[in-house]
Amino acid sequence: MSNNQPDISQYTISQEPFYEPQGDEIALYGAAYAARLPVMVKGPTGCGKSRFIEYMAWTLKRPLITVACNEDMTASDLVGRYLLDANGTRWLDGPLTIAARIGAICYLDEIVEARQDTTVVIHPLTDHRRTLPLDKKGELVTAHPDFQLVISYNPGYQSLMKDLKQSTKQRFCGLDFDYPDIATEAAIVSKESGIDSDTAKQLVQIAHTARNLKGHGLDEGISTRLLVYAANLMQQGIEKRAACRMALVRPITDDHDIRDTLDHAIASVFA
Amino acid sequence: MNAIDFSPYRQQLKCNFSRIEDVFEECIFDALYHLSPQGVERYLEGASLVCKIGRGFEPVLIYLEEIPEMANRLGEEIISEVADAVWRMSRSPNGVAIPHFMQCLPEASRRLCCDEQMRHFIKLIFTMMEATTKSIHGFHSTIPSPGLPQLLQQIPHLLNQLSLEGLKNWIDYGIRNYNNHPERQRDYFSLQSADSKAMLQRERHGTLYVDNERKLDLYLRGLWQLQDHFIPYSLGFDELRKPQPYFDPVGIRLPDLYDDRNGVSGIDRYRALLAHVAAHKRWSSEIFVDNFSPFQRVAIETFEDSRVEYLAMRHFPGLRQLWLKLHPQPDENDCHPEQESCIRHRLAMLSYALLNPQHNYQNPDILSYVEKFHALMANSDSSLQEIANLAVSFIARTRRQQDQAPNVYFKDTEIDYRDDNRHLWIFIEESDDEDYPEQPEKRRVSDDKLEGLPPRHYPEWDYQSKSYKPDWVSLYESMHPSANSADIDTLLAKHAALAKRLKRILDLLKPQYFQRIRYQEEGSDLDLDIAIRSLIDYRCGSQPDPRINMSHIHNGRSIAVTLLLDLSASLKEVPDGCEQSILELSQEAVSLLAWTIDQLGDPFSIVGFHSDTRHNVRFYHLKGFSESWDDNVKGRIAAMDAGFSTRMGAAIRHAAHYLESQQSDKKLLLILTDGEPSDIDINDAQYLIQDTHRAIEEIGAKGIYSHCITLDKKADEYIADIFGPNGYTVVDHVEKLPEKLPLLFTSLTS
Ligand SMILES: Nc1ncnc2c1ncn2[C@@H]1O[C@H](COP(=O)(O)OP(=O)(O)OP(=O)(O)O)[C@@H](O)[C@H]1O
Ligand SMILES: [Mg+2]
Repeated sequence: MSNNQPDISQYTISQEPFYEPQGDEIALYGAAYAARLPVMVKGPTGCGKSRFIEYMAWTLKRPLITVACNEDMTASDLVGRYLLDANGTRWLDGPLTIAARIGAICYLDEIVEARQDTTVVIHPLTDHRRTLPLDKKGELVTAHPDFQLVISYNPGYQSLMKDLKQSTKQRFCGLDFDYPDIATEAAIVSKESGIDSDTAKQLVQIAHTARNLKGHGLDEGISTRLLVYAANLMQQGIEKRAACRMALVRPITDDHDIRDTLDHAIASVFA
Repeated sequence: MNAIDFSPYRQQLKCNFSRIEDVFEECIFDALYHLSPQGVERYLEGASLVCKIGRGFEPVLIYLEEIPEMANRLGEEIISEVADAVWRMSRSPNGVAIPHFMQCLPEASRRLCCDEQMRHFIKLIFTMMEATTKSIHGFHSTIPSPGLPQLLQQIPHLLNQLSLEGLKNWIDYGIRNYNNHPERQRDYFSLQSADSKAMLQRERHGTLYVDNERKLDLYLRGLWQLQDHFIPYSLGFDELRKPQPYFDPVGIRLPDLYDDRNGVSGIDRYRALLAHVAAHKRWSSEIFVDNFSPFQRVAIETFEDSRVEYLAMRHFPGLRQLWLKLHPQPDENDCHPEQESCIRHRLAMLSYALLNPQHNYQNPDILSYVEKFHALMANSDSSLQEIANLAVSFIARTRRQQDQAPNVYFKDTEIDYRDDNRHLWIFIEESDDEDYPEQPEKRRVSDDKLEGLPPRHYPEWDYQSKSYKPDWVSLYESMHPSANSADIDTLLAKHAALAKRLKRILDLLKPQYFQRIRYQEEGSDLDLDIAIRSLIDYRCGSQPDPRINMSHIHNGRSIAVTLLLDLSASLKEVPDGCEQSILELSQEAVSLLAWTIDQLGDPFSIVGFHSDTRHNVRFYHLKGFSESWDDNVKGRIAAMDAGFSTRMGAAIRHAAHYLESQQSDKKLLLILTDGEPSDIDINDAQYLIQDTHRAIEEIGAKGIYSHCITLDKKADEYIADIFGPNGYTVVDHVEKLPEKLPLLFTSLTS
């Protein structure tokens, strides 16, 4: 049953993803991978965490299996389960098991969303054992030597119910991400969207305005992702200010005073 | 709090209304916290004066109750000014209006932000009174102003719609037209007559500062990463010189109203001013005034204004359009250098040419200095010193005989979105006129012991020596006194709509608290997943699991919460634009939160604290974990009172001591405060901040989460140092607190 190996090719990244380094994260991650240490990437939404992992998987030539975690996810959603079929039952590996078998990088996105009883299944995989017990199946999968686990984690969440247990946290080494400096972020926006670099800089300036207001009516500032959206709209021929209002302001807040301030910032930047 | 001896103060108050005794303690208590010792003395003198006028008890009562808070808001000058005004009114035939006058003061003081405006306001009332009080020719008697009581009754309404200048115009119109028609004067000032309403409409123009404070705050923060105090002033009172915006260490002075102009909305005019000020703050330094002649100084100011604006436009090109619309465009040929002083004209032209590349000036000096300016700015930010040299050479180059002439050409030379540049100059001779009054030293009440438990001692962290001072703080705990619990029910009834909304949110949260218990042989529901798995096992030939049912229990949450309330004196303040004091808003918020948590069934306690030096931190229990949300608890919340200072560390440690012994998985300490830790025996602000931070770390190590809700808009400077980057929430809009607090709690714990 389990010997019909899944098709690895679907998980491999064929083209080099564009990733603009912010610091020495590539070297640090490389070292962690060389030692097969599990990694946790932290940072605000849309600052390039997922993109970085994709890029590293490509650099290290490993397949990448990404799981977006949610509250309803159970351990079997990660590990696998038996299914009924016409002539009996059939075991189906979950994404974590597949990754452990084929030696992929397994990326659990937004791990805090998963319930704590789900997250504990990764424990044996993330310490010296590097094994994954499939209780139902009576199998103990030993992880492929190339296998690595990565989780992402947004510390901005202000909920103590959604925190990782210490015993989970302490199985990872961590990399902090934040929005990059102005020049780097502008380079990213312009590369991603093809927009000219002056406009990209102006977009970043608007993002900074919003990031300054975090905690004063805004929960999160404007992310790099939204800047790319705004630039894409401009590339579609939308007028700059309109594109900004649509991609940068409307999604993040309904607070009238803040909208008004951001709209004014847009008008000041795009004269 | 009960054992203070108030009798010496009572003796200073010369007034024999028996009803005074009912309120005196409360009022003097208030005064002792808000006022300096001299202030208290003046307060009692003032009250005696108001008593002496023989207008009954009411004016005295209002005076006693309202003055401490007003003085706290506007400065202690106001204490004698009000008493004095009442006295003068009583000497006129207008004594009947005194209660009305007293009644409109609190609202006026809230709307009019600062003492100068308040003084203008009182003067305005007296001008009206004097103009409308008539003496009958040949008799010694006079007749009171017919319209004054009506006017005073309308004041709160009027001030909500008009700037002070608008109010003045509206009053002036009434005096001009109805001074000799008592009946119609009354109609006018009570807003009955048609032209009275029409005048109100006419004066109700422009963008009022008070309505846009938050937007301006967000503007400075968002675009300039600045925060500052705003201090509005009114136009139309200083007849000699029109006041101009300026800023100093106290804050930014700006007009209390801007009309739209040249297609620029009032709010954008405020932004134009703030952008200019922010540019100065970012790029201007200071320079010695004594080295320059008066002409050189104005030139330096103009050049420096242009420099910082130029730099600002590099960041925000849109500012050029905004400023251009507000900048005058002096006509090159308007001023005649042979007949008048053209110094202002010349500089305004230069300033315009620097702002507008499409200017059409031909004057070779202007052209050459525009070029020099741009050369200077081409590759750098330049500096005040450099620009001063350029300005000095401009003056030397363009000097005219007539510059010294007394008739200075003024038209189109006034750039009113710019500040007066006083911040640029340093004087070698320190001038000794202090502009702002010193912080009144707060009077402390000493020696009142709380009965009950012996004190507990807590250590305090001294960040300078990096060590604990053992048993440094004495903490006394007691049950909070009680008042009428029905008051709280009234508060909750007022928020019925909000409670309904909360209820809906709580219902959404609820399913999560139903924990599914799976693997039950008997239960309320068939667990389909497990049932299928058992079937699969059965088909595979292995032993099927018979536990295919599930049931629910209501126990997903295991969280204990303590709410720690800062009960320091500042809670009595009424924030700008609010009707209620922070204390009242906190009572509402706490009641709603307690109600919310009660609905959720989490173990919950409420405690409060304040401090009066390290020897006396008081800690009050308002609700214990074992108590339910009942009338006893409500009664204690109803009695919540504010006083003394905010020594937070010991209170946190003590609250944690109780929370720690709770059985829940998660423990949360919520701290509600309106300012930074402080106490009267501490001068180093960092000391208590560091100790509080230490206390938070200590309790964190015990597995207690803490989260601070602060009402201090300026909290950014220190709050993250205490509670960590995600350990706090700043509530900018205090009046939203009752709504915010429960929502914050639910989002923190969901
Ligand atoms: N350093 C970077 N190099 C290239 N692109 C980047 C970089 N940082 C951000 N981006 C752009 O931002 C977008 C969002 O990044 P990404 O999806 O990786 O965010 P994330 O941190 O994973 O966010 P979330 O926490 O919401 O999942 C990317 O699609 C990419 O366009
Ligand atoms: Mg992502």
